[in-house]
Amino acid sequence: MNSIIQAENIVKTYNHHRVQALKGVSFEVEEGEIYGLIGPDGAGKTSLFRILATLLLADSGTATVDGLDVVRDYRKIRNRTGYMPGRFSLYQDLTIEENLKFFATVFGTTIEQNYGLIKDIYQQIEPFKNRRAGKLSGGMKQKLALSCALIHAPRVLFLDEPTTGVDPVSRKEFWEMLQRLKENHGLTIVASTPYMDEAMQCDRIALIQNGQFLTIDTPQGIIAHYDKPLWGVHSDKMHQLLDDLRSWQGCDTAFSFGEQYHLTVKPGVSQAALESYLHGKGHSQVAIAPIEASIEDCFMALMDQPETTMKQ
Amino acid sequence: MVLKYLIVKEFKQMMRNIILPIVFVLLPIGVINVLPRIATQEVKHLKFSVVDNDHSALSQRLMNKIAASSYFDLVGAFPNYNKALATIESCEADIVVEIEPEFEKNLITTGVASVAIDANAVNGMKGSLGSSYAAQIIADYAAQLRDERGLDASGTTVAKFDVAPRYLFNPTLDYKVYMIPALLGMLLIILVGFLPSINIVGEKEKGTIEQINVTPVSKIEFILSKLIPYAVVGIFLLTFAMLLARGIHGITPAGSVALIYAFALVFCVVVASIGLIISNYSSNTQQATLTFFFFMMIFMLMSGLLTPVASMPAWSRAITEVNPMRFAMEAFRTLYLKDASFGDLSPQFWRLCIMAVVLWAWAIASYRKNS
Repeated sequence: MNSIIQAENIVKTYNHHRVQALKGVSFEVEEGEIYGLIGPDGAGKTSLFRILATLLLADSGTATVDGLDVVRDYRKIRNRTGYMPGRFSLYQDLTIEENLKFFATVFGTTIEQNYGLIKDIYQQIEPFKNRRAGKLSGGMKQKLALSCALIHAPRVLFLDEPTTGVDPVSRKEFWEMLQRLKENHGLTIVASTPYMDEAMQCDRIALIQNGQFLTIDTPQGIIAHYDKPLWGVHSDKMHQLLDDLRSWQGCDTAFSFGEQYHLTVKPGVSQAALESYLHGKGHSQVAIAPIEASIEDCFMALMDQPETTMKQ
Repeated sequence: MVLKYLIVKEFKQMMRNIILPIVFVLLPIGVINVLPRIATQEVKHLKFSVVDNDHSALSQRLMNKIAASSYFDLVGAFPNYNKALATIESCEADIVVEIEPEFEKNLITTGVASVAIDANAVNGMKGSLGSSYAAQIIADYAAQLRDERGLDASGTTVAKFDVAPRYLFNPTLDYKVYMIPALLGMLLIILVGFLPSINIVGEKEKGTIEQINVTPVSKIEFILSKLIPYAVVGIFLLTFAMLLARGIHGITPAGSVALIYAFALVFCVVVASIGLIISNYSSNTQQATLTFFFFMMIFMLMSGLLTPVASMPAWSRAITEVNPMRFAMEAFRTLYLKDASFGDLSPQFWRLCIMAVVLWAWAIASYRKNS
């Protein structure tokens, strides 16, 4: 497989070098894969996207997209990449059709020419094509934005948090659309997301925090690397439970995960010891069970500051 | 092709704006119909009080003569100066005319009599114009008396001047004729300058600029797509305003209409470029609006719209040399009032052209697709 994107040691600072958004990031994206950038807000995802989409100049480091340098050949890159910013950025006072036609025209093409690529997606919003973009629902806006980003048949698609603020059903639909684009058209997709469940949809993911990549691997590979024992803990006093778990001497880390707490423990402690400790603290209906690690557990384990959680 | 579609898009957005098309129609009507009627420097209906200490036939005639003028309305006659002054203090009167005791007698015996004029100068223009009008009427009266009696009271013949000013190009000193051409310039700077100044920054705020910046649209195309629609709007507004001036006030240009359009077009490019430059440097519409209004105020006050450039101090006259509004205004006024040829106005025209080229290039250079 060929790398379609290569980034080497990208550094970006803001505010006269006082804020380091990217601290020397290097990675490669292979042709025809879905590459996920997973990380909390402020991790540097958008800066990285803007550099690759030729909107932002890096302080140092080099990057190529489809063999073209992002600084020197920025004009050519703009014809070969589609970029969907995190914020809806189409003309709200133009209709669906006008927006699509507008972007087709500015890229020097027509809707008909690349209709095959967007057909699946555009058909869903075509009945409303005379409606102004500002009056669309979140899911429809997102489909329109994706259509507009695809209308010039790019080789690479950059999606900056495409599913933020979209309902779970639309999110799922959206990832299915991306999978189809990859399979049917061989499109390379780089997407960022703060949602851990979406990470599993990617072929490879990079966990990013504070402007640094923590790890790059397939989602399965990342999970396989997780080597600590992990327990799910539940009791009748959930609020008190987290503090009690964290103050337990055998506890390594404890985080809230939906219905229960995920706990990693120091070597050599047993479930029975925890159970009796919790009973001593006044908990009843205590349930402790070993569980499989999820991406989020891996991310938590990899993060520098364990206190920051992904999504509150 | 791309440029054409970019321009079409600008027009679509302009027309879908709820307010803009209404402003395009109402603003010229307001500016051309209302402003010349209210923003007039003609002083009429000055209120005056009289203190007639003489109560003679001649003093009575003077009073009547002033009151008969269309410039003055008589508030009343007062027994002494202090009572008359009180009418100025209470803003009932603008001017007090005091006639000395023995006015008639002095006039007949010595040929010299004095009349005092006190004017309220809180509004400087009203005060100075009012007192000079009054002085003129009194001088007129003196001349009239001289003619009636065939000689001045002292019996000697004095040299006599008949001063009859003739006002060229605007014989009746009609303020509207003078104001409307300048208002055309004002109209253009308000709409054709202001709208571009909030356009690009508006796209920044809405985020749509991101999506444009990743397209291969060139900077020149992009800036042209922002400039051309406003130049077109400017020409439309000018036409509308000129028709209004003709329909409402019956004022038509004495000079070439084609030249007016030529000036207007170059002026539109200049002000739209200024707007776009401001828009490029601003990060939100508030900044852009305030910056634009700062420049607009200076352009208008230093353009000769209200006060002649020649009466400004030297340093400020130097600044007006780079004020596009000044040259546009001079051209519009000259073309409306006199039948000026292109040769007469070529200094103004070329200066505007240089400004247009420089500012347009600046607008392109200051637009950055990446940061």
